[in-house]
Amino acid sequence: MKSKNLIKAGLVAAGLLLGALNVQAASQTMDKIKSSGAVTMGVRESSIPMSYTTGDSRFDGYHVEICRMILGDIKDKLGMSTLRINYQPVTSQNRVPLVQNGTVDIECGTTTNNVNRAKDVGFANTLYVEEVRIAVKANSGITSISQLAGKKVATTTGTTSVQLLRKHEKANGVNFDEVFGKDHADSFLLLESGRADAFVMDGSILAGNIANSKNPKDYKIVGEVLATEPIAIMVRKDDPEFKAAVNAAIAKIVANGNMPKLWNKWFLSPIPPKNIVVGLELSPATKNAWANLNDKPAEDYNKK
Amino acid sequence: MDLGIFCKSTLDGEVVDHCFSALLGIGQNADPSYLDWLMKAWGWTLAVAGLGLLIALTLGAVMGTLRTLPAETSLNRFLVRLSTAWVELFRNIPILVQVFLWYHVIPAFIPVLKGFPSYLLVSIALGFFTSARIAEQVRAGIQSLPSGQRAAATALGLTTFQSYRYIILPMALRIVIPPLTSESMNLIKNSSVAFAVSVPELTLFAMQAQEETAHGVEIYLAVTFLYALSAFAINRVMAYIEKRSRIPGFIVSNSEAAAH
Repeated sequence: MKSKNLIKAGLVAAGLLLGALNVQAASQTMDKIKSSGAVTMGVRESSIPMSYTTGDSRFDGYHVEICRMILGDIKDKLGMSTLRINYQPVTSQNRVPLVQNGTVDIECGTTTNNVNRAKDVGFANTLYVEEVRIAVKANSGITSISQLAGKKVATTTGTTSVQLLRKHEKANGVNFDEVFGKDHADSFLLLESGRADAFVMDGSILAGNIANSKNPKDYKIVGEVLATEPIAIMVRKDDPEFKAAVNAAIAKIVANGNMPKLWNKWFLSPIPPKNIVVGLELSPATKNAWANLNDKPAEDYNKK
Repeated sequence: MDLGIFCKSTLDGEVVDHCFSALLGIGQNADPSYLDWLMKAWGWTLAVAGLGLLIALTLGAVMGTLRTLPAETSLNRFLVRLSTAWVELFRNIPILVQVFLWYHVIPAFIPVLKGFPSYLLVSIALGFFTSARIAEQVRAGIQSLPSGQRAAATALGLTTFQSYRYIILPMALRIVIPPLTSESMNLIKNSSVAFAVSVPELTLFAMQAQEETAHGVEIYLAVTFLYALSAFAINRVMAYIEKRSRIPGFIVSNSEAAAH
């Protein structure tokens, strides 16, 4: 009996301690920003036009600009006169751990909000919904996935698009040959050199590769949307106050009618450093995300 | 560790009835499991490596022999230069670059190659790359023979072709079996570059399956095991060949050790 009580007492004490820590952690990021006068933003080096470098350790892009607006709002909220932004380049492999361990305060790259990741990190409300699409040569006459029967379809090894194609093939009985590039540039080369008739990938990646190609007019993005994924700004999980502040700033940006302007700037106009035009039209899914701000994971988008 | 991942379907991630369903043909229309896919990928690795090995051994033996031809006639001198150029060309370019050259660049100049399947082009690339290395080993084997052997063959009235056929190559090729073993095992491992040009082999399987299942540790362990097993199988086959081809009284018969 006695030992059981001891354990109980121990558990209660531990619980209290954890509770105390949690209370402290609730405003951890805001405290850190206020006391240090600086914030660390996670960015990608080459995710044009979402988040990329324009040279000399400068970063820019759709998500980066939105994050700067969010941080400006938080700076005002904290009553600070200046806020220094440190840019920390991240990769697909290290972005989640870096947010978890506090190296990065706010990640503004191209991270899909899904159930698995939501166990480790928090996601702000979605402002960009990625759609998996088909890119083909403009003169190929292909306009739909059903026309890909017997054709060669390129996609990139190690992406979710491979599984998506496999499922689609099985479900609809459209048989095509898959060819795999080892990265997006290779996959696009397969399409360019005629080794593949189509390239299936995230719409922004397709648009970016086409915009960067020798003759962008030779390609077009066609057909139905194969899958949708919400891409969201990532924050720490155990800091609901910071997430609320970020979401409040996002709501303000949306309410001020800035989103269509931002879309025009990054997706439909020439962007630095090479003044290419990505040329990706605003999708109904993204428009819908702006109208109904939410942080639903990808799993909710693809429910049938 | 959860090896159960290999019994899951590649389509929906659910556990399938029979792990080997698709391969063994149990239960028609059964979805393939990751184990099925792994086995298929292993098959591609072995096919590409096997075809590459065939090309490498044939060309390597020929080019290595040509490099040692006596500079007696102008044809011989031309053949020596040709084989030297072959070796220097193919051993000085990284294998990954060669694979890309065969897949993307050369077909742009020789359109008929566009119709070749990618596994064939990779086998050619692997075969040519390895043939340059094998050629050097064959040359070293031939040159390690005492010069008196060649002189004796000539004294007997044998032509150059005959002295290679009956005297030099039977001795030299036995000597070079151990380094050929290493080169053949390397070829299995080098075949992993085939993933870069869309051959669905083990490395491609590993990269794709770990993304889909988030079980990278189990996937990479399985792939590691299969690469090691394949290379070791080559080692055993070569050791067997080495043992069976041994002739009492020849140089190699002094060595009791099997191929390493």
